[in-house]
Amino acid sequence: MSTTEPAPRLHGSRCDSCGNVAFPVADGCQRCGQQVMQPIELSEHGTVWGFTVQRFAPKSPPYVPPADGFAPFAVGYVELAEGVKVEAVLDCADFAELEGQAPVRLTAAAPVPRFEVVA
Amino acid sequence: MTGVSIVGAGLSAFGRQPGVSGREMAVQAIRSALVDAGLEWSDVQIAFGGSDGSGLADTLVAELGLTGIPFTNVKNGCATGGSALVSAVNAIRSGSAEIALAVGFDKHGRGAFAPLPEEWGLPVGYGEAGLMVTTQFFGIKIARYMREHGITAPTLAKVAEKAYANGTLNPNAWRRTPMSADEIASADMVNDPLTRFMFCSPGEGGAAIIVASEAVATRLGGRPVSLLSAVTRTRGFGTFEVFAPAIQGAGAPTSVSTVAAAAAFDAAGVRPDEIDVLQLQDTESGAEIMHMAECGFCEHGEQEQLLEKGATLIDGSMPVNTDGGCIANGEPIGASGLRQVHEIVTQLRGEAGDRQVPGTPRLGFTHVYGAPGISACTVLAV
Ligand SMILES: [Zn+2]
Repeated sequence: MSTTEPAPRLHGSRCDSCGNVAFPVADGCQRCGQQVMQPIELSEHGTVWGFTVQRFAPKSPPYVPPADGFAPFAVGYVELAEGVKVEAVLDCADFAELEGQAPVRLTAAAPVPRFEVVA
Repeated sequence: MTGVSIVGAGLSAFGRQPGVSGREMAVQAIRSALVDAGLEWSDVQIAFGGSDGSGLADTLVAELGLTGIPFTNVKNGCATGGSALVSAVNAIRSGSAEIALAVGFDKHGRGAFAPLPEEWGLPVGYGEAGLMVTTQFFGIKIARYMREHGITAPTLAKVAEKAYANGTLNPNAWRRTPMSADEIASADMVNDPLTRFMFCSPGEGGAAIIVASEAVATRLGGRPVSLLSAVTRTRGFGTFEVFAPAIQGAGAPTSVSTVAAAAAFDAAGVRPDEIDVLQLQDTESGAEIMHMAECGFCEHGEQEQLLEKGATLIDGSMPVNTDGGCIANGEPIGASGLRQVHEIVTQLRGEAGDRQVPGTPRLGFTHVYGAPGISACTVLAV
């Protein structure tokens, strides 16, 4: 019946010269300044590096609240095996679940990366 | 290399000033600095300055007098004042001028700083998803720092409580009402663990500093303060900044503040533990705590114990933001860096009145930090 959605992936770049990994895709390397970068797919799993809770509705525009209205959400950085920490919306049942380098899994790559706590 | 002295420092009022433009505040600050130095506008040989969103500094000559001097506009975010000061210092050191001006000013309305993703090179989705919120960065950074270094929430409230307390002692501050740590801690949460009273607000004000060669400073008499160093830096690889879609590099992020402060101390030949009075960027109370360590004034994690002992109070061992900092004075982006220098000059001259650091402070330090990863630091001495 329904076609299977392809699993979301984050696309970054790895520097040919120094191996630094950038997200999003980059033309040049922030670490060494070289301009030969290879496209890579980033890990789908990582751990919560840091987070906060957005307690009030951000200003609209540009913010577009969900159809059922604003509810506080967590935002933070997810540390991937590649070393890079990616900013993302973090889904969880309870914000306390995000403490202690919680393992998370990628659930969406756009419009911004989105991860959820692995049960 | 010729030494550089601060011979004049001036401020406009800080805080909401209906009907007064940012440019007018800049002119007030410059006139106040000229009076302080015992100089006329016609004595100033070169000028540098700017605002983030309140006009071009070189247009101020219309009010100040058309003396024909070179006047360079600076637009460098939170480092605007610091960059202007570095340029003024270099003009003195190079011998191209003997008296130079640095000025910074801004007038931000309530709810200013509404950044758009396009302006930061980000996809529009970051705005739609609610990630273009400046305060999130500060929440994430201090929340991680507290977990890593054992800092607790009451310490955050304590920083803001001190800022408001110092503000009550500063006739020029915007926020002059004391606030208890309990009231601060129990206020609305903006971005965990930071409540609304822990943040500075977009503000209004102007600040001006006049520097001169040592020969001129001696000739003028007055109460000169030596500017031992003034340094600005942009971020190096691996820092954590506002609106960053990622933090690159493995391991702990680096800090532009650490680099700028170390360079300022190195150039001045002074160690952090020698400083008697200091200013640290306090965009929110967590920033002041982290900047204590990032700038070399303590080890990471030592802050809670230091604040417990009252170290950062006016009569403590390392008084921080004696004028109330950004939390009590507001954040007019262009002016804040020079407001800090003004406060240290006032303290080193022993003219800070009710908020004067006891003893005879000899060495002072200032530090600003801002987007997109810039820092400006100075070391001053009498
Ligand atoms: Zn590289």
